[in-house]
Amino acid sequence: MSDAIIGGQDRIAKRFAKLKEEGRAGLVTFITAGDPDPEASFEILKALPEAGADIIELGMPFTDPMADGPAIQEASNRALAAGMHMRKTLSLVRGFRDQDHETPIILMGYYNPIYIYGVAEFLEDARNAGVDGLIVVDLPPEEDAELCVPTVEKGLSFIRLTTPTSDDKRLPKLVQNTSGFVYYVSVAGVTGAGSASNDQIIEAMARLRRHTDLPIAVGFGIKTAEQAADVAKQADAAVVGSAIVSKIAESLDENGKATDKTASMVTGLVRELANGVRNARK
Amino acid sequence: MTSSSPTLNSYRALPDPEGHFGNFGGRFVAETLMPLILELEQAYKDAKSDPAFKKEMDYYLRHYVGRANPLYFAERLTEELGGAKIYFKREDLNHTGAHKINNCIGQILLAKRMGKTRIIAETGAGQHGVATATVCARFGLPCTVYMGSKDIERQSPNVFRMRLLGAEVKPVVSGSCSLKDAMNEALRDWVTNVEDTFYIIGTAAGPHPYPELVRDFQSVIGNEAKEQILEAEGRLPDQVLAAVGGGSNAIGLFHPFLDDKDVEVVGVEAAGHGIHTGKHAASLSAGKPGVLHGNRTYLLMDDDGQIKEADSISAGLDYPGIGPEHSWLKDIGRARYEPIGDKEALEAFKLCSELEGIIPALECSHAIAQVMKEAPKMGKDKIILMCLSGRGDKDIFTVAEALGVEL
Repeated sequence: MSDAIIGGQDRIAKRFAKLKEEGRAGLVTFITAGDPDPEASFEILKALPEAGADIIELGMPFTDPMADGPAIQEASNRALAAGMHMRKTLSLVRGFRDQDHETPIILMGYYNPIYIYGVAEFLEDARNAGVDGLIVVDLPPEEDAELCVPTVEKGLSFIRLTTPTSDDKRLPKLVQNTSGFVYYVSVAGVTGAGSASNDQIIEAMARLRRHTDLPIAVGFGIKTAEQAADVAKQADAAVVGSAIVSKIAESLDENGKATDKTASMVTGLVRELANGVRNARK
Repeated sequence: MTSSSPTLNSYRALPDPEGHFGNFGGRFVAETLMPLILELEQAYKDAKSDPAFKKEMDYYLRHYVGRANPLYFAERLTEELGGAKIYFKREDLNHTGAHKINNCIGQILLAKRMGKTRIIAETGAGQHGVATATVCARFGLPCTVYMGSKDIERQSPNVFRMRLLGAEVKPVVSGSCSLKDAMNEALRDWVTNVEDTFYIIGTAAGPHPYPELVRDFQSVIGNEAKEQILEAEGRLPDQVLAAVGGGSNAIGLFHPFLDDKDVEVVGVEAAGHGIHTGKHAASLSAGKPGVLHGNRTYLLMDDDGQIKEADSISAGLDYPGIGPEHSWLKDIGRARYEPIGDKEALEAFKLCSELEGIIPALECSHAIAQVMKEAPKMGKDKIILMCLSGRGDKDIFTVAEALGVEL
């Protein structure tokens, strides 16, 4: 059976079912496609599952990442400077799918590059490449007709961000067309900034559970294995992004080029984070 | 996608409740901001129908901004060009020297109504930053202004003015280090400080309801001008004309005239070094529809949807997008948009200074340059009403440098 037919929502659902079986939370890792260059990015991507990533978020580079902090902004800039664009992002996924049929890949980014690609063509190509879902930061439910509805119709997941500003009145609207899982942004702010306290996360999880049965992944500001473990005690998955792309930045030479340490520094951090997440409930 | 409705019986009825001007506009923002945007929309609805709000607005526009400002007959420029009569709407005579303050008064009164205690803004040329810092001083609210590091360099007098007014000016070093990046940074601040912060957007762009409310606050320009031209000439102008960066002074002038079918509407974009060079800010003439900063509108971008850097001698026009209502007006053909390059704007800057004793801002020098093309083609019985959106004192260093003069 081809991967396209296995399809997006299934791979995500299967992964969360497996995590439940194992009695643990998952680790969702974010890297930007093409950071620091397409080849090195592919090496990192391929190494993530073995290092302990349960789900992969792959950033679609954009010149104006308005909801991202400096770490992910710079990752986007590095990728664009190295000639990354949407078609290459999709071929990166295709290359990954050739060897990994199970790890879900979620593309994350901003709407304009998708809009310019053409929504129908993008969804077709993304599905064929083996993409499982989308997170598009600047598409709230008020704009669902743009991309969310066509995505779900195509059999891919549209994963919504919920935030500390999402109250009981707002949440039904947010979970309505969401599938795969719900991403809880634990602090109001850009990526990579401060993190939420345990109590805040517990309270938010309780609020979210009143509105959805979908798995809940919690992210923003998680930098260490300890923080990841704390989140993994409450949530179905912990998301780490800025800390990972910062590791990429740290590994580069003085000209900003990948070194032979780049992939291993990233997988080293992912291993630590995965250990934290896997042992959290023991 | 909905198409722009040809059955509209008014050009002034939009946006629709979702904030759309035909295909343009909308609310493309991070979820964290959505509740704030909805709250703002409601607060603005309430304010609009509250006579006390209008009264307060009118009070400050009159006693603090100095409105109504004159509609001035530019007699010598008219003679020089030998065609249509040219009138300037003198927004340069407002307190702080530009049209920007009209909008800032409106938004800070809204912020007060909403109980917000901290103000943020983005600025390009610094005019909106100065206007925001000014109203923040007047109403006693702390103010942070984001400004591209490139703009800080070329608009240093305005940076100093903002600091004198008590504002914190934060340099933005990401991207092209100009207006679009300042807007990104302001959005990042807003998403982080959702409880107490009001974002005073400086132009008629961004997520709904900003394009609508900025337009409404700036419509004082067109409403006054309409009354004044009727008084001066006993009739409406044949053409209204204004420079567009984001397009707030232009939409403010245009909107009250949109249903007057015999009034031609002309917007002027910055063509920088020339459209063929790729170094310009003419998103309507050379861009295509895309989504940035909360709205769908014409943008400068590459084939992958990556936003291009804009280029103009005028920091206030140096933006790769445009307010969504202008995109709509272009597509339905109600307005025409023309490009003017740096050199033409500089010529107009000099001509206006020498002939009228008015040093115009580089932004509206683009409008004057277009008037220099339009007026000679029109008969002497025709009237052009142009928005002179700001004074040029802030630009003297830029102009001196462009002319090779050392100050």
